[in-house]
Parts: sequence; structure tokens; C-alpha cells
Amino acid sequence: MLGRIFHMIVKEFLQLRRDRYARIRLVAPPLIQMVMFGYAATFEVHHVATAVIDRDNSQESRDLVSRFTASGRFTVIARPRDEGELNELVERGRATIAIEIRSGFAEQLRKGVTAPVQLIVDGTNSNTALIALGYVNRIAAVFASDYGSDAIARLAPARLRVLPRIELEERPWYNPSFESRWFFVPGVIGSLMLVITVNLTAFAVVREREIGTLEQVMVSPIRPVEFILGKTLPSFLVGLAVAALITLVGILWFRVPFRGNPLVLLLGLSLFLICTLGMGLLISTLCKTQQQAFASSFFILTPGFTLSGFSFPIASMPPVMQWLTYVNPLRYLLVVLRGTFLKGVGLAVLWPQMLAMAAIGAIVLSVSVFRFRKSLD
Amino acid sequence: MNLTRVGAISRKEFLQVRRDPRSLLIALFMPIMLLGLLGYGVRLDAKHVPVYVFDRDGSQDSQALLKRFQASEYFDIARVVDDYAAITEAVDAGRCKLALVVPPDFGRRLRDGGRVSVQAIVDATDDNTANLAIGYATAVVSGFSQDVQLEWMRRHGLPDRSAAPPLSIEFRTWYNEELESRNFIIPGVVALVITLVGALLSSLTIAREWERGTMEQLVSTPVTAREIMVGKLIPYFGILLVDAAICVAVGIAWFAVPFRGTVGTLFVATALFLTVVLGIGFMISVAIPNQLGASSIAILVTLLPTNLLSGFAFPIDQMPAPIRALTYLVWSRYYVTILKALFLKGSGLRDLAEPLLALVVYAAVVGACATRVFRKTLR
Repeated sequence: MLGRIFHMIVKEFLQLRRDRYARIRLVAPPLIQMVMFGYAATFEVHHVATAVIDRDNSQESRDLVSRFTASGRFTVIARPRDEGELNELVERGRATIAIEIRSGFAEQLRKGVTAPVQLIVDGTNSNTALIALGYVNRIAAVFASDYGSDAIARLAPARLRVLPRIELEERPWYNPSFESRWFFVPGVIGSLMLVITVNLTAFAVVREREIGTLEQVMVSPIRPVEFILGKTLPSFLVGLAVAALITLVGILWFRVPFRGNPLVLLLGLSLFLICTLGMGLLISTLCKTQQQAFASSFFILTPGFTLSGFSFPIASMPPVMQWLTYVNPLRYLLVVLRGTFLKGVGLAVLWPQMLAMAAIGAIVLSVSVFRFRKSLD
Repeated sequence: MNLTRVGAISRKEFLQVRRDPRSLLIALFMPIMLLGLLGYGVRLDAKHVPVYVFDRDGSQDSQALLKRFQASEYFDIARVVDDYAAITEAVDAGRCKLALVVPPDFGRRLRDGGRVSVQAIVDATDDNTANLAIGYATAVVSGFSQDVQLEWMRRHGLPDRSAAPPLSIEFRTWYNEELESRNFIIPGVVALVITLVGALLSSLTIAREWERGTMEQLVSTPVTAREIMVGKLIPYFGILLVDAAICVAVGIAWFAVPFRGTVGTLFVATALFLTVVLGIGFMISVAIPNQLGASSIAILVTLLPTNLLSGFAFPIDQMPAPIRALTYLVWSRYYVTILKALFLKGSGLRDLAEPLLALVVYAAVVGACATRVFRKTLR
């Protein structure tokens, strides 16, 4: 039996090597996605294009503006003369944020009257706007608290020392500098494994059916179980190889930390692969041609990808969509990936995810094997 | 170009699409699926973040602060714990995204004065959510701090205006007033749908003829290369226009995304973008004589850049310079810019001159190249 399976596997790899487009399909997406998600995909906000009108032009107003630029989050790209120009900068998309400090700003600060500052934000990109506003709030809070103390110092210097002041001391765990890359690179492993192994398995079977060699294989002494193993094991190995490659690039090139146990990750990947191989087999029982398999895989992979927490948080989805994520194996693998890469947690924490993937894998694989055997009869 | 011949080719292609249920499924179901998934599934804002609380003070003051967190729509106090271990465990398991630790002398500090810091442990694995949560938490704490100072001033007989908030930022949000993720994502979905459906369908046009061996028959007829190309692409042009219309209509009517531009500009931009997408799909179809190879390469060449480099979800201005330079080559970038401007900003032709011009250039170049490549292959 082992010999026959081995021969099947050798045959599969030979076929893969001869198919130029399959090779491109296999090699190009991981490379491109790796670079893109390492470099281009970022929700971080730095150097937001900011336009400033400072009508007060006092030491205080300049201090406020310099706090914005010193944070590295905002870059002053223009100092328009009037409101019309300011509005146009935002309309044209040149500036994402526009700040207007009216004259009398310093005076109001000194008197202890609330000094208003006008701020326009382009909300087109809601996420950038939200994050930027968060930074504005933080800068404004520190500025207010510094100048508030100044006012008290003038009125009652002795009191200042004991003025109560509550601060938030942020302790970001696992990703102290909030790098999107740390979030995305482990995720890419999961999303790529999903796409590659589902397609590879589906095509391996459908190809035989399309070319008409499936009958030939079936009349050979090979048994259905051996056939299935021969078809899925190459995908399994390719999947693990892709995972290993991206893990290495992620750690060595993008400097994403790996804090957990590689064996825990290997277990998670293997359980996930059982699910995707089952999905691939299932697609292969539904399609007659490779073209059909390619199109059908879109209808499975797109939701699988979107409803996994890969880039959009599950907690913010409406309840119905959240329920759907529970049957998605990628959801669990992402927790395992981020858990082993960033958090350094082990089975004690990740066992529910492992269990869920094992259950999904068992169900999908047995359904697909059942359907597959039926399709042979 | 002979219009009758073009018409005949179009009819043949249209019949072929109509008889292929999978193509139709892709053309009609794909837009709905993508709209549903992305319209509902993509929310980048963070609300009701689960918060764990370790109140080491247990005074009325610490309770007052925590009440403010509970009152905020951004936070839900999920559990009150009494040691760090419980927090570590919950953050490790992902049950808690934010943990607040109130120090033991919190209430005393508030009465006697002095600085006190509340620790905010945040699970930064998802940097974006973490960042938003810290922003909101800062706002809650600084608001509380200000009120405490005011109260303290009053108690010590200081004029309370000295503790009036020295600075108030008056925010005005333009274009997407509620900062809805949906308004930001849905316009881009139009580009995504056109790219996906267009690449899948058009990459098959010639590859199908090659694969079935009907290409020779087609070549032996008097039709010219350009007539074949135009004739074959017209049905897809129509189908994709319908897809685009579905997306726009569902976006406006169902997801309540505002549309502030003019339909005319949208039509012009869409027609140009369609020409580019179909032209590229056609070229791939000519170059790769098997359907599977053609469609997978088409997806690779068109969908990945549209997904990642068009500004559809990831802001271009935050990318490193070399990648930003690369985005200028991505045709979807211009269309996504136009879509967002038309939906949210209501920009006119004058504001959109640059991206429109880029699309015109792209359409002309792709059209010319496709004709040329096709002619060469036929010979």
C-alpha cells in the first residue's frame, strides 16, 4: 500500500513540475503577497498630511503645532492663508487634517478661558481618520494638562504640586510598537495555505477527470483510500513547505518575533490542512473541469478569507457573520498563528482552536471522502 | 471595422456566455456575495471592546472612573478580577483586549493631590484595534481627570475657571461624517467586482477558442483582428456595466452609502476602467492558450494589485515610498480614487481630471497593445 501511495505522490509532483501555470499559481502568489503584506498592507498612521492656519502665531500656538509634528503622526504640508485655501486642500485630498488656530489663542490660555481650536478631518478613509483623531486627542490631553497647570501655578503656586492628575499608562503587550506587519505576516501563512492547498487538491483530482485518466487509475489495483491519500499528501507537503518558507522570511526578513513552540504551530497547521484538503476534495466532487473548479473555489475562498479575522476584526462584525466564522477553519488557525508568533502561548491556551479544527477537519474530510467514493461508482 | 461582423461576433459570444451557467453565476452572484461580505464583514472601528478590571483601590473614586468606561459605547467591562494572573491569562487567551489596573492609592491621591497613573494593558496583536482602544481610553481618562481637577479647585477655594479645560478641539468630519467603515469600503467594491468578474470572464474569450480548436475557423473567416476583439468584448462590457450598476444601486439603497457625484462622471470613469480591465484580460487570453492558465494569471495580475495597492482598504499614503511609486502603475488606483470621490466627496470633473486622464491613457495603451498582440498571434 505504501509503495502505491508513494508512486502516486511521485506522479503528482512530476505533473506539478510539468504544468507551467500551476507552478506560477503556486509560487507567485506567496511571494507577491509576502512582499505586499509585509510592506504595503498597513493600518498604521504616520505623517498624516496636515494643513495649518495659525492666526495667533504666538509661542503657545506654535508649541501646539510643534507637538503635532513632533509626534511623527502628522506632517505639516501647507500653511494656507485663508479658510478657502484650507478647504480646497481638504477637498482635493492633499490634506487629511486641517487645523485652524484663531487669534487670541495664547490670550485665552493665559486667562484660563477655554481656547477653541478648529479641526477638519477628511473622513473618506474612516480608519485613518479614527486613528488620527485618537492621536489628536492624546496630544490635546497632554497640552491641556501642561497649560492647565501653568494657569494654576500663576494663581496658587503651592497648590500646583498637589493638583490631582490622572494619566493612562499604556502597556501594549505582544506588539509594543503597534506594527501592522506583525499582525499581517503570520496571517499571510494561513490565508495562503487556504488558497494553495484547496486549489491544489481540487485540481489534482479534477485534472484526472477532465483528461479522462481517472478511469485508468481506477482500473489499476490502487484502492480509493490510497488514491485519496496519494492526491492529498502532495498538497499537504506543499502546504507545509509554503508555511515554512513564509515563516522563515517573516522571522528573518521582516523581523516578526516567534515566541512560541514550533511544534504547537506544526500541530495547528496539520489540523488546518486536514480541513483544507477536505474542502479541496469536496470541490473536486462537484466539478467536471479544472475551469469550473477554479471558479467554484472563489465562492468558497472569498468568504473563507473575509470571515476569518485575517484583516478585519471578527468582534466588530454583525452577529450573523460572527456565527459564520465559527465554521471557518482559518479563523482558528489565525489564533494559533498569532498565538505562537506574537504571544508565545502553548496548547494550554490554544487547545479550543485545535479541537475546533480537528472537528471541522474530521467532518469535512469524511463527507468529501464519502462523496468522492460515490462519484467513482 | 465592419459593424455587422462585429455584431455577429458579439452575438456568438453572448450566446456562449448565456449557455455557460458558471459564467453567469460568476457575473451575477459574485457582486452580491462581495457586497454582502465586505459591506457587513468589514468594520475597522472598535466598539464594545471587552475590558477586564483589576481595581486595587476599591474606593468610590476608582468606581467612578470605571463607571465612565462602562458608560462609553467603546468599552464593555467583561469581568472584575483580583490579581494580575487572571489578566495575563485572559489576554493570552484573547478573551480580553484591554485591562485596566487601578493602583491602590488612587482614591487617596485624588483627595490629597498628586499624579496617579492607571495602567492600561492592551493586547496589541491586532495593532489597529489596540490603537483605537487606547485612543478612546485616553479620552475617557483625561475627561475624568479634568472633572477631578475642577472638583478639587472648588474644594480648595480656587476660582474654578483656572481648571476649565484649557483647550477644546472642535472636530468637523467631512465626507464620511459618522466615520462608517462601510462608506469607505463599499465604493471600492465596485472596482473589486469589475476586476474579478472582468478578469475571470474576459481571460477565457480567446483561450476558449484555442482550447476547442475553433480559433482556426474564426481566422479563416473575413473578420479582422480588431473586429474579433471588439465583438468578443462587447457582451462582457454590457455584463460588467450591469454588475457595476448592481453594486452602486445596492450600495446606495441597501447600505445607505451616500452618492454625491454625478452619474455621468461615474459612467465615463466606469467605461474607461472596463476597457482597461477587459483589454488586459483579453491580452492574457491571447497569450495563454488554455483557459485555466489564462484565468489564473489574469486573477494574479489584476486582483492582487486591486486588493492591496489601489487604496481600496489600505491607505496609499501610508505605504513606503517604493511601493507608493508602484501604485501609480496600478490602474485600479485611479478608479478607486474616482469612486471614493464621487460617492463621498461629490467631486466634479475638474477635481477628477488627473485620475480620469490616467484612465484614458491606460485605456488607449491597453487597447492598442491588445490589438497588436492579437494581430501578431493570428499571423
